Amino acid sequence: MTPETTPKAFSELTYFKPLYLLLLFIMGLTGFGQMPIFKRYYIADIPGLAWLADFYATHYIHYIGAVILFGFFVYAAVVYFGLMRKQFRLTRAAYVRIALLAAIAITGIFRVLKNLPDVVFSPLFTMVIDISHLAFMMFLMVFGIIFMISKKGWLDKKLGF
Amino acid sequence: MSKEISRRSFIKGSLVAACATCASQVPLPASAKTKDGQELATLIDIRKCIGCEACVEACREVNDFKYPEPEKPFPRMYPNRVKVADWSDEDGREVRDRLTPYNWLSIQWATVDVDGEETELSFPRRCMHCQNPPCADLCPWGAARKLENGITVIHSDICLGGKKCQVVCPWDIPQRQTGVGLYLDLLPSLAGNGVMYKCDRCYNRIAEGELPACIEECPEDVQIIGPRDEIVAEAHRLAEEEGVYIYGETENGGTNTLYVSPVPYETLNQAISKGPGQPHFDKVEDQMAHADNLAKAMLIAPFAGLAAAVGRVYKVSKKLGDNTGEAS
Repeated sequence: MTPETTPKAFSELTYFKPLYLLLLFIMGLTGFGQMPIFKRYYIADIPGLAWLADFYATHYIHYIGAVILFGFFVYAAVVYFGLMRKQFRLTRAAYVRIALLAAIAITGIFRVLKNLPDVVFSPLFTMVIDISHLAFMMFLMVFGIIFMISKKGWLDKKLGF
Repeated sequence: MSKEISRRSFIKGSLVAACATCASQVPLPASAKTKDGQELATLIDIRKCIGCEACVEACREVNDFKYPEPEKPFPRMYPNRVKVADWSDEDGREVRDRLTPYNWLSIQWATVDVDGEETELSFPRRCMHCQNPPCADLCPWGAARKLENGITVIHSDICLGGKKCQVVCPWDIPQRQTGVGLYLDLLPSLAGNGVMYKCDRCYNRIAEGELPACIEECPEDVQIIGPRDEIVAEAHRLAEEEGVYIYGETENGGTNTLYVSPVPYETLNQAISKGPGQPHFDKVEDQMAHADNLAKAMLIAPFAGLAAAVGRVYKVSKKLGDNTGEAS
């Protein structure tokens, strides 16, 4: 095995996790900011956090975060299948995370579609999308905490590596 | 015994209540749309209005059954900064000079100079029914929504009264009544504060082939209603032939309520009372334009990620190949 194929050679293994967590934190924060809670509960009164009560600001940041996340997901998937799959396998915890992230992304896409001019969904579908988007995010948070405590990461080294 | 509320019970309760609400919800008034799928718009000719308030009374009469009947006493809300909005007493219900949960249409007055003559103008104000309504786009609960015929409605059985729709509305149209609605069944002290109300342009009457009450009862035919293209064309004809000014065609990206005025809207805007429940006539940029552009960027983002990843895989593979070659 040459030095280039050792797990440490993939810089993605170093920066993926902090980038992923940072993105999820921003998306979670701005996502919850879509509900009128930060002003009510004085969080927006904390110096530097007044923007959390600005619905347009949190909405734009949420959209920008979604743009970055979509690019990041595709990058991560291609890099995994192109470079890492021979040395690593995805853990069960990773499959759970991927399923929840996919559900969040899909419901988010429908939410974005609904916000476009001339796109009209039924009231029931709109509510299902809204609530499921929030629910999947909360499930991801809960499972994320469980996996963090039980130290279940995304990747397992395959035998021989 | 104090009742503790855990995150789990909050989520569970919210989901159960939301699902129950969905299940019991009145079906979408699918017939409330034009035959060719075009949005319906109204044109309000300010020159014709005599301020008789027939439209206001008609609106109140036909929409009376939609008005809130709050339960009192109101739940104590936390924290203290959450204020009660109550228009349900006799005086509150009688207010007509501004928008309230019981008054979805009000008459504004302006004394302006028209062709060198001091003239008192009056005109009905209500929801503009935006083509891309921020209230519906940004409602976190799906309570505010736009119908296919261009009407924006707030479902009173779903709304939690968080007032976000009013905050993001360029004209601050929706008005809140505390003590009514779904929030009473969830966490009345901790989340929500009633229901938001505004003009729904009589969507139920339109669904049955009738006119909105304010249009039907107007003795001066101040308003007309029709497919938006025709309404815009009529506004342009009036502007060209009679020199009137148009409001609503481009405001907030375009609304389904257009006004024509004998004086510029800057002049009109300076002459009207503005404040809570009294909308302005300012120019309004398209509030959702940035979001719409970012939505397009979401289509491009995966391809950017793909290109970057393919480049990365190619680079690493090439390097590995070179190393292997050197080693052999």
